[in-house]
Amino acid sequence: MGFRMIVTVKQVPDTHNITENTMKKDGTVNRAALPAIFNPEDLNALEEALKIKETSGGIITVISMGPPKAEEILKECLFRGADDVILVSDRKFAGADTLATSYALSCAIKKIGEYDIIFCGRQAIDGDTAQVGPQLAEKLDINQITCVREIIELTDSFVIAKRAIKRGYEIVKSKLPVLITITGDANEPRFPNVKRVMMYKKIERKLEQKPDRKLPAKTFQNNMLEYIKEWNISSIQADPLKCGLSGSPTKVKKVQNVVLTTTNRKKISDTDAGVCELINGLIKEHIIA
Amino acid sequence: MSNTAGSVMVFIEQNEHEIADVSLELVSEGCCLAKKLNVPVTGVALGYEIKKKLEILGGYGCSNVYYVCDKRLNHFSSAPYAKIITHVIKKYKPSIVLYGATTVGRDVAPRIASMLKCGLTADCTELDIGDYSLKGKKYSNILLQIRPAFGGNIIATIVSPESSPSMATVREGVMKLAEYDSAGQTKIINEPFKLPESDFLTEVIKIVKEEKKVDLKSAKIIVSAGMGATSPGSLDLVKKLAQILGGEVGASRPVIDSGMIDKDHQVGQTGITVRPNLYIACGISGQIQHCAGMSESKRIIAINNDADAPIFNIAHYGIVGDLNEVIPKMIKAYKANI
Repeated sequence: MGFRMIVTVKQVPDTHNITENTMKKDGTVNRAALPAIFNPEDLNALEEALKIKETSGGIITVISMGPPKAEEILKECLFRGADDVILVSDRKFAGADTLATSYALSCAIKKIGEYDIIFCGRQAIDGDTAQVGPQLAEKLDINQITCVREIIELTDSFVIAKRAIKRGYEIVKSKLPVLITITGDANEPRFPNVKRVMMYKKIERKLEQKPDRKLPAKTFQNNMLEYIKEWNISSIQADPLKCGLSGSPTKVKKVQNVVLTTTNRKKISDTDAGVCELINGLIKEHIIA
Repeated sequence: MSNTAGSVMVFIEQNEHEIADVSLELVSEGCCLAKKLNVPVTGVALGYEIKKKLEILGGYGCSNVYYVCDKRLNHFSSAPYAKIITHVIKKYKPSIVLYGATTVGRDVAPRIASMLKCGLTADCTELDIGDYSLKGKKYSNILLQIRPAFGGNIIATIVSPESSPSMATVREGVMKLAEYDSAGQTKIINEPFKLPESDFLTEVIKIVKEEKKVDLKSAKIIVSAGMGATSPGSLDLVKKLAQILGGEVGASRPVIDSGMIDKDHQVGQTGITVRPNLYIACGISGQIQHCAGMSESKRIIAINNDADAPIFNIAHYGIVGDLNEVIPKMIKAYKANI
């Protein structure tokens, strides 16, 4: 056995830890002031692939679209056990919305060759859209299972997974290949392996103009990866019109720092008397029963 | 061929033959948009033996429902749902399509957007009709899709001027349900569609219901914990106050992310939108992403030791102080009254 797995990952600004300094005066975000992190649910997606590799064998290729700095998270993937990593990077990808992103990723994945499963994080914390996974599945013309919190069974021909739904979960079965999006409660991502950190901390990036990479064997020869592959728009033979801003049907009309406010504001003192008056008032108004 | 071209179309979601609340909310909101455009509201429904159930849509202002009836569509399946809805959109040419941001809508809408190569905006908190200029070209009467972005720290207005239709997903509870009008009628149009068995790529083996431990949506009183209320003692106080007032416990996203309180309790843009009679925000700073989910509460009390916390901007009653002292005072004052 053994499975050919692809994991998509994204480096994102840490939007969960925004401070006053990260917002500019005009209400826009000062991206430079935000630390860039491994999108949390993408780590869960990687972990799911690593678990399968441990139990059934296989090869894990991680792919990320982003600026050169995003190689940081690809190194993180190598530290944890990924076999091969690819950075899809080109200025022409800038400004891509989810449609243009899924298009570029689909072109890159077609260059990778055959695969059994694609794992994606359910969503990225900078946009929270959860759209790239399903759009990628459509572009590759394969099935999708979103919001998966557990892989129950995996064989050469099908996968059985537990998918979160509104009030509970459903257990579904799909033939391979399939794209699966993983939620944060699926697993506890592992820490980097010290030996692998030593192996890969100095790995460099190399542009491949004409990638020629078919996945030949389902098990990977445990050779050390020589370099992080960098693919640009011509490497993946993507149509520039379908990439970046020009390939994005959605445009941002405006961005504002919305201040929700009420005109009816009252300061209440934190003393016994102040609190008592407030509570009594609310009881009188039948707001509190 | 159809007189509904340019309509505002709503994907009518059904779960086990029951129309989802969010679909009715979207038909209600769709009517407001349709009025501005002077077009009808239509629906697209997939399922089996739900015709009778679809009649309710007329009472909310939906004029036509395109209904694809097939036993195999009883339960949601990504690929066939996407294929059929895409077909209906191509045939009836709505200008706008709205989906509930549910585990169904968020799964199928992106797939449809990819097939149609059109724009899709997730989790909108507000929709409107307006104009947009791009490279000297003016686009009038297009859908403005308004949503918090960047972890909820900014609000962005998104448009998709050059592709049609404009599509958006909206979470349950965000749009208000219109008054039901018993005189309203909807025309249910059977839409034939042949699906080969090979289109059904997912087989549902089992559906398991898990009872939600909390019901924030219908709670009259919610006492919520933010990062300022995460010491074990403070958290207990928040829970105690909720219990004494007969309310539910809510929490902000960072508290949920830290694992201290179960996800079902999350209030905010990525959690649940609530409109209780009373919302007590304890140690919540008031990021947009949280406020967007509770700012329509009838009364808001904010307790925070930081006088500059943005939560005070939307609170009707602001208490600057230590919640570990204020909450016991509230409990004492309440108990003294009964």
